[in-house]
Amino acid sequence: MGASTLPPDRARKLALSTFADTTFTSPELIRNFCIIAHIDHGKSTLADRMLQLTGVVEDRAMRAQYLDRMDIERERGITIKAQNVRLPWRVDGQDHVLHLIDTPGHVDFTYEVSRSLAACEGAILLVDAAQGIEAQTLANLYLALEHDLTIIPVLNKIDLPAAEPEKYAAELAHIIGCEPSDVLKVSAKTGMGVGELLDEAVRQIPPPTGQTDSPARAMIFDSVYDTYRGVVTYIRVVDGRIMPRERIRMMSTGATHELLEVGIISPEPKPCPGLGVGEVGYLITGVKDVRQSKVGDTITLERKGAKEALGGYREPKPMVYAGLYPVDGSDYPELREALDKLQLNDAALTYEPETSAALGFGFRCGFLGLLHLEITRDRLEREAGLDLISTAPNVVYRVRLDDGTEQEVTNPSDWPTGKIAEIFEPITRCTVIAPNEFVGAIMELCQSRRGQLDGMDYLSESRVELRYTLPLAEIIYDFFDSLKSRTRGYASLDYEESGEQSSDLVKVDILLQGEPVDAFSAIVHKDGAYAYGTRMATKLRELIPRQQYEVPIQAAIGSRVIARETIRAIRKDVLAKCYGGDITRKRKLLEKQKEGKKRMKMVGRVEVPQEAFVAALSTEESSDKGKGKK
Amino acid sequence: MPSTLPDGEPVPSDGSLPPEALSTFGRRPFGVYVHVPFCATRCGYCDFNTYTPGELGGAASPDSWAEAARRELELAATVLGDGRPVDTVFVGGGTPSLLGADRLVEVLGWIRDTLGLAPDAEVTTEANPESTSPRFFETLRAGGYTRVSLGMQSAARHVLAVLDRQHSPGRAAASAREARAAGFEHVNLDLIYGTPGETDQDLLASLDTVVEAGVDHVSAYALIVEDGTALARRVRRGDLPAPDDDVLAARYELLDDTLGRAGFGWYEVSNWALTSAGPGARCRHNLGYWTGGDWWGVGPGAHSHVGGVRWWNVKHPARYAGLLTQGRTPAAGREVLAEADQLVERVLLELRVVNGLPVEVLAGSARAEAEAAASEGLLDPEALRSGRAVLTRRGRLLADGVVRRLVA
Ligand SMILES: Nc1nc2c(ncn2[C@@H]2O[C@H](COP(=O)(O)OP(=O)(O)OP(=O)(O)O)[C@@H](O)[C@H]2O)c(=O)[nH]1
Ligand SMILES: C[S@@+](CC[C@H](N)C(=O)[O-])C[C@H]1O[C@@H](n2cnc3c(N)ncnc32)[C@H](O)[C@@H]1O
Ligand code: SF4
Ligand SMILES: [Mg+2]
Repeated sequence: MGASTLPPDRARKLALSTFADTTFTSPELIRNFCIIAHIDHGKSTLADRMLQLTGVVEDRAMRAQYLDRMDIERERGITIKAQNVRLPWRVDGQDHVLHLIDTPGHVDFTYEVSRSLAACEGAILLVDAAQGIEAQTLANLYLALEHDLTIIPVLNKIDLPAAEPEKYAAELAHIIGCEPSDVLKVSAKTGMGVGELLDEAVRQIPPPTGQTDSPARAMIFDSVYDTYRGVVTYIRVVDGRIMPRERIRMMSTGATHELLEVGIISPEPKPCPGLGVGEVGYLITGVKDVRQSKVGDTITLERKGAKEALGGYREPKPMVYAGLYPVDGSDYPELREALDKLQLNDAALTYEPETSAALGFGFRCGFLGLLHLEITRDRLEREAGLDLISTAPNVVYRVRLDDGTEQEVTNPSDWPTGKIAEIFEPITRCTVIAPNEFVGAIMELCQSRRGQLDGMDYLSESRVELRYTLPLAEIIYDFFDSLKSRTRGYASLDYEESGEQSSDLVKVDILLQGEPVDAFSAIVHKDGAYAYGTRMATKLRELIPRQQYEVPIQAAIGSRVIARETIRAIRKDVLAKCYGGDITRKRKLLEKQKEGKKRMKMVGRVEVPQEAFVAALSTEESSDKGKGKK
Repeated sequence: MPSTLPDGEPVPSDGSLPPEALSTFGRRPFGVYVHVPFCATRCGYCDFNTYTPGELGGAASPDSWAEAARRELELAATVLGDGRPVDTVFVGGGTPSLLGADRLVEVLGWIRDTLGLAPDAEVTTEANPESTSPRFFETLRAGGYTRVSLGMQSAARHVLAVLDRQHSPGRAAASAREARAAGFEHVNLDLIYGTPGETDQDLLASLDTVVEAGVDHVSAYALIVEDGTALARRVRRGDLPAPDDDVLAARYELLDDTLGRAGFGWYEVSNWALTSAGPGARCRHNLGYWTGGDWWGVGPGAHSHVGGVRWWNVKHPARYAGLLTQGRTPAAGREVLAEADQLVERVLLELRVVNGLPVEVLAGSARAEAEAAASEGLLDPEALRSGRAVLTRRGRLLADGVVRRLVA
């Protein structure tokens, strides 16, 4: 390890920091790359060191995971949005400009990685030297290879006592097809090896190619709504130049806008006189809706524009759906407003009004996965001050009826009542990576979730990659938790959709005193119906307070009851003692109960507290959780 | 650990009342409650504002308490004027019998001197069976007391043990007999039912003991596991099972049936009086709490009510005595009840009593609820037809639910 653990000398820092400040850099001196990795392997921390080493962020302005700019990212310690930044770097006496994109590691946000890749020629594939290759390492590597990017394999966290750089260098080399000695070793924490890594990035990653004299073409790879500035669009220029005060055209829609501002990020937005071939930056047109500045679209100039658009991306498609309802029904307009606002920055979020007999007015929302759901709900609750109930997540089904018609079902309540010929459900290709001692446990779990083993490979002597086809519905709920607990936290999971399959599915209804509660209906496999029914009935018996009458709880498929429980009638509801001192207390208690009653939902004659809905629908407390962890 | 006081607004340091509250004083029965905050030991279930000598550590004594109580009675006389002499007195605790009969008689004398005592006043003291004697009762009776209330709780040795009671199983009934022999017509025994380990047989045996003792009044309370008590800790640790509501309901029915056969009738959810003894067997003082009477609570942590104003004293005996020594009110806070609050309290309290609540005080929607409750067997349909909401026995067991419906 060389001298680069030391901060670069002042002179070099000064010289470098001005070089990237001016745009229209010659393409040979530009390197565009992103950092990709499994979640938590240290991408954002590595980016921190690069920001410091290049002098773009001064030491005293530094904070951990500098590019995780959203509150929710900082709180959860994960990256959700990809972030780009322009850096200067000198190699062998020659100044260069680097455009770095830090990406999220969680599978729900893979689409952020895909768009980032399209703006780059190279990718740093980062692997935690104490963990080795994990499921999203592979997933992101394959994505990068599909984009023909130059891959620089890097082991991170070599400062950790538990790091096994030799072992994992071999693993990486094996997967990528390089020599273990080609694998760089860094510590994003101490900065060790980061300078060499930047040097290598300049040497190995090819510069962008593009025609300076051709009509301008730029690819939109991100589009963000900012309250003060309107929509900020991030672009990578492929051909020509993009200059402020010109008029541009969105090639997919033909809409034209005036460019109010063009700039670069280093690390805050800075206006510049324009962007040339290979350069990454932002532009502002004054549009207020991100959908008018769509990710994947090509920008050209209005006059003498390009004829052919660049290849776009697939739009992110919701994988799971759930109903979101305000606990207090009168908050419905606020919820709509909050969703409208959130969607400005989240093209993957979809929503549509729906009504539930049990929960009132709400929205059926589409999400990329459970983390996306959780984060969206969290943000709605915090940023808009709302109290929300989310129904159990479900996938999209295609149902063919006997009369030949077909229906797409995103809500169990819309399950067709007619004679069903065939049902199709989405399936996924899953990758599980774990130490080989857990293979049996993993296979058992996947089997119980209707999984099909597609293959198994040894990454090294002791670590295995298992490939399964699993119904999406089986993995969105508590699969990951179960997997973690069965493997003492060692397994990692990645999945991607891979079409659909015909399955024997049924709709299980839950009835309170004979009345179905729509919010509790679920589509499950025939063999899992009984388990779902009993689990819900038992849960509800515990959650619903006893009422004046006996309340039967039933789980049913159509008219066939498959499980039942009873909430016995309450026999005593009176405070025995009541004299002088207790009166004020008792009145206050009564007032509190009255408030509580407002939060009750009536299902027929049965009073169901909101908390019962929340608890019955939560994924928490799955029996596997915590078990097996030390 | 004693329970906490409510939040309220501050009280003027001279303890004066708003004129609206005072203007109707005298139109309602007027009681004085005297709180004696001392016990020899603390029972595991009890969260009353009471202190053992160990807990007080010399910070307050029965003497300093008595001096302060006398001052508070003088304050009461100043604040209230002489609008009405006292109809009922109730000395409770804590353990009033720890003070001894002479002190208790002395306290009654102060009440007579400051506020005046009606000639037919009901004067009750609570007493713990182990700190009584024939002499004790004789002195009280001669000194003007008319009623005693004894904490029996149970006749079963193992139940008394779980409750940390100090007396032997037979002692409470013996005390009651001594009180009767000393000339007390009105004697109450307190029972607690549903204690972990108590069986139906244990309860029946306790009831037999009560009936045989020849008392004219019984209070029976379902055991409440109060937060912060030793009992609550034992339940939380799993050393004792929590009382089960279904069992409590069954015990209540058993109790009500058994007492009924012995000639007792309920007149409040947890109180029964011997029917043959006439209306005088019911505790007039406690009825005042439930039917909107006025009362002044003397002593640490005592609550008061006069004309729609409720207030409560500071809890600690040392602070209580300190404030009164400085010539200030011992009140910690108060609330002036809005009309709506007063209605809620009326429903809450009067519904617990056998005469029930006149339905004309209810809003239209609440009257419809009352009709519904009657059809569901919670209110007596006949009484309702004559304009009163009166709980049936099932209704008594579900009274809080009925109240919620009538005030919604
Ligand atoms: N010891 C040590 N810890 C590191 C190193 N790099 C990162 N970490 C820690 O690893 C954790 C995850 O780091 P991040 O930089 O947030 O990881 P990430 O890959 O950006 O995570 P996502 O964006 O959520 O996928 C943090 O607690 C870091 O402090 C390193 O080189 N050594
Ligand atoms: C004000 S207390 C104190 C009386 C007296 N010190 C005694 O213990 O006999 C009056 C009665 O309230 C009842 N009581 C006290 N705490 C209770 C609890 N936690 N649950 C049920 N009843 C209780 C007991 O029956 C007790 O006799
Ligand atoms: S003797 Fe009475 S007041 Fe004292 S602790 Fe026991 S129950 Fe409470
Ligand atoms: Mg990150």
